[in-house]
Formats: sequence, structure tokens, C-alpha cells
Amino acid sequence: MSANNVLLDVKNLKVDLPTEHGMLHAVRGIDFQVSRGEMLCLVGESGCGKSMTSLALMGLLPRKAQCSADHLLFDGADLNSMSEKQLMQLRGKRMAMIFQEPMTSLNPAYTLGNQLCEAMLQQPRVTRAEARDRALYLLHRTGISNAEDRLRQYPHQLSGGLRQRVMIAMSLMCSPDLIIADEPTTALDVTIQAQILRMIRELQQEFGTAVIFITHDLGVVSRIADRVVVMYAGQVVETSDVAQLFAQPQHPYTRGLLNCIPVRGKTLPGSRLQAIPGVVPSLIGEVRGCAFRNRCALADSACESDPPMVQQGSAAASHLARCHKLGVPVSAMEVAA
Amino acid sequence: MTTATIPQQAPLSDIALELCALSKVYPLKRGLFQPPGELKAVNDVSLRLYRGETLGLVGESGCGKSTLAKMLLGLLAPTSGNVLINGQEVDPTHRREHARHIQPIFQDPYSSLNPRKTVAEIVGLPLKLHGIGSAAERARQVKDILDLVGMPERTHAQYPNQLSGGQRQRVAIARALILRPDILICDEPTSALDVSVQAQILNLLLDLKAEFGLTYLFISHDLGVVEHLVDRVAVMNKGSIVELQSREQLFADPQHPYTRMLLASALTPEPGLGIPALAAAA
Repeated sequence: MSANNVLLDVKNLKVDLPTEHGMLHAVRGIDFQVSRGEMLCLVGESGCGKSMTSLALMGLLPRKAQCSADHLLFDGADLNSMSEKQLMQLRGKRMAMIFQEPMTSLNPAYTLGNQLCEAMLQQPRVTRAEARDRALYLLHRTGISNAEDRLRQYPHQLSGGLRQRVMIAMSLMCSPDLIIADEPTTALDVTIQAQILRMIRELQQEFGTAVIFITHDLGVVSRIADRVVVMYAGQVVETSDVAQLFAQPQHPYTRGLLNCIPVRGKTLPGSRLQAIPGVVPSLIGEVRGCAFRNRCALADSACESDPPMVQQGSAAASHLARCHKLGVPVSAMEVAA
Repeated sequence: MTTATIPQQAPLSDIALELCALSKVYPLKRGLFQPPGELKAVNDVSLRLYRGETLGLVGESGCGKSTLAKMLLGLLAPTSGNVLINGQEVDPTHRREHARHIQPIFQDPYSSLNPRKTVAEIVGLPLKLHGIGSAAERARQVKDILDLVGMPERTHAQYPNQLSGGQRQRVAIARALILRPDILICDEPTSALDVSVQAQILNLLLDLKAEFGLTYLFISHDLGVVEHLVDRVAVMNKGSIVELQSREQLFADPQHPYTRMLLASALTPEPGLGIPALAAAA
């Protein structure tokens, strides 16, 4: 990965949220990079900090949240040091976001045409006709029939799948370099999900847009990602390209996740699944050592210190995992579980 | 694990739950001068659940799965057709009797538990309503069932908002089981949970089935979970059952085009396969 190919470089990003019971460390120092034109999946369970990461990148965190980072370089410019005005210039134009709930992220009081063209019309020297043409083109590309009529319609006249298509068209209006998609298909039916994912993947490859795709569904990850970042309790625990991650998962959490979903042909129907025991630790207050150790079959006293990110296998392919017990063979874990 | 093949001529006493031509029709208001239309939420559904089996019901949102479940539970009166539990017709006016045999586990453990009652109160309420046992006897039963579903003793006096999603679902399961019903209607019991917790709950459901000899109607849209858990599968589309097959048959050789489309759109965690191309949805 050459340096000028990196579109987004996140270093030591932390997000803290004050709560009644103390400071919640939602994101605890994460590093990752997104290359141009790449589909990067952020995967993890609820509360692992994946949505907070995306909001931090877009500068949309709740007001009381405290965010810090060594740097958040977007195409060489540090997002952290930008003013709100500079961020406004960036959002919509060069970075766009697709949210989970297409029901709530569209404004019910404006027509779709209005909302689609809004961001593009903010730019200098864009005429209404140009914006409208772009909107029609993208509605057509996202598989929406009667695009002309749709521009005059309101969100309530559309089904969930169509609304999400409109959201995707909206995110592409200004040809952004980076799209952050936060669980864009979770609220949809499986058949619609497959159609939308396929469309996102095709458009992403055609337009060369980098996408940070946030999901908890490993099935989706395996089919859509180029590279995967696995998050647990506000940290990155493993990062690898997709084939490598599914073939040779290294971190006990990743292995546990892959083992606990029933897969056709691999899991015997009716057999017990290898569940990960216990629950995610609370991130309120100081968290020391490996956050997974209370659920990990391999954990011992060494795990009370913070594990480093360790390169796995040859240095040619970047595959990092954050664990003290990486040398322990997979079988030892299954016996223990 | 029992095999999925149910003999065609099973004795009638082996049928735990039978639906005979069950329909639910909602009137639709159209224009002022137009006659009202009809929405057939559930259209002429006949199904049999054999004792001790798990029947999967799959379909997409809006296909009538949940309406069907509500009618089975006696929470919604069918427009036509009837429901037989253990060979006896269900009388909607005797809901209490009904509840001893059939109990639900709902999708969202955040809204299905009363936030103002403790775990022990929630689980004990069915016993109290049915006037079973003395207070001490009830307390003992509540403790037993909560132990069984894996709720540690310190949580028994807690309120739902102090519990995680998985723990709440365990409480919902304990509440469903405390009257020792024959049949559980599981309406998407794990879809609001994280994957690592989902496996815990699925294992619990498998254990409980073996322990109590329960019959499950398992409603889900997750085909991986359905294939893992059920003996037979009914596929529902637009209010009707379009295919009913044993698990092996359905997953190996789906007949109905809608079933094929559902199976094709399931994303198993296998990198390199890409995202399936589906014909435009009907």
C-alpha cells in the first residue's frame, strides 16, 4: 500500500462520553487506514464503538462527547484541526454518509428531489438543471423506476428498500471520495438486502469510491469487503484482508464469532453452537488489559496487561491482531471452550 | 435429534397445534365513494405442529408471520378458520386456559418486559394470575426456572433496564416456561441480539426443548438459524404458505420460486462468493 494511495488515516482515535455513572470510553485509541477505492468493513457487536467511530470521522458526535486523535488525515488534511465551516465544505461533497434507518434519515417535509439536490446546490457554479440531471441519473443507477415522478414524491410514499436506494443516490450526488455506510441494510428484508448490497458494491467499484461499511453481520462482511477491521470494546482487535480473516482468524474473539454462527454444511443441525460465554465488559471508567479476557478460554495472568497489535504471518499481507496468546493453536481453544 | 420426516398418517393425538383454513382480513379504506378494499394479512393457512417438533416459519416482513402468531396466541381473533390446541378448539373468551398450553417469546426483549417490575415479579406473574401455589411455592418455582435459563441469583431482584439484551431474552423465556406450556411461539427471538449472544440463546432453546419436550413454532427470517434449529419449514409469502417441507428437502431442493429467491439471497460467511444477483423483486 503506497502512502499516496491512503485516503483516510486514523491514528489513536478516542471518543469519551460522559454518563451519569462516569466516563464511558466508547472508542479507546483505534488506528486504521482506508485506501482509495477500497471497501473496508468495520465489524463488531453493539456497543463496540463502530458507530461512534463513523460519527467522529464525520464530525457528527453528540455535543458532550469528547473526541481526540493523534491525527485524522483525510487526503492529507487533518479533520481534527478543521473548523466547522471547513468540515461543512467537506461533508456531502467529499465525504458522505448512509445511515441505518432510511425512515428517519430522510426529511418527511421535503420532496426527494429537494433533498437529493440540496448538497450539490451548495457548491458554487452548479445550476438547478445540472443537479436535477445528476439526481435523475443516480436514481436510475440505483434501480429506481419512474425517476422523474419520484423527484416530486415525499419519503412516506416509498418503501424501506426504495428509501435506502434514495439515500445511496444522495450520498453519491457530489461524487465523494469516501462514503461511510452505517449498517445500511440491517433494517431491510434479506432479498432487498442482497439487491442493495450488490448495487453498493457495483457503484463503488465503478466510481472508485472508498467505502467504510459498518455492520455486525459476518455474512455481509464476507461477501462485500476488501479489508476487514474487527472491533471489540472500543478497540481494533484484528485487521486483515477478507479472505485471510475468514480462512485464518487469529484473535480469539474473531474465532469465537465465526464459530458461533450456524453455517450450512459445516454446523450439524440441532447441535450445540459454540457460544462465546459472558457479556461485553462495561467501558465506564478505566479499562485495563485485554478487554476480551473475561470471555476468553485462553486468558491467564499475562492478559492483564494491554496486548499490542502483532503482525501475523509474512509482512507482505497486512494482518494484525491484538492478543497475547496468538501462538496458541486453534484446537486448544476449542477444547477449552 | 429426531429426524424431520413426520409420518403422513400420524395419530391425531400427536398433533399439538392445528390451524384450519385460518384467515385474517383487514378492511382497507380507499376513496370516499369507492367500496372498501381488503388486505388479506393471512390467507387460508392450514398447518399442523406435531408434538415435540420444531416448525420453522420463514418469510419477509409484511408476509403475515406475526399476524399468524398473534392469532395462535389468542391475541387476535381470526376472520375465519380456527385453531386447535391438543385437539380442542380455542375459544377466544377463555384466554387463560389457552395460555397454559401456548406461550410466546417475542422479538424485542426491550419492549416485552414491564420496566417497573423486577425480574422475579415478571416471571412470577403468570403463576399469580393462574392462582397456582402459595406465595412461597411460587417464589421457589420462579427461582428454579430462572436458574434453569441461566440467570444468576443477584439478578432476580433487578429491573429489566439493568439487564443486557441476552439476559432480558432469558427472562422472557423463563416467563414463557413457568406455566409449563406444551407449545412455544418464538417470534424472531434472536434478531434483536448480537451474534455471540444469539448462540447462547439458541443453545438454551435447544436444551429446554430436550428437557421439557416442547413444541416450537420458530418464526425467523434468518435461514442459517432456521436450518440449525427446525425439523420442518413453512415458507410464507403474502399471507399464504407457499411451501412446506422437511428441513433437508427444503434446503436441498426448494420448489417454489419464492423459496429459491429467499435461499439465494441468504449471505453465508464465505468470502469469494460475492453478492448473489437476484431477479428484481416482485
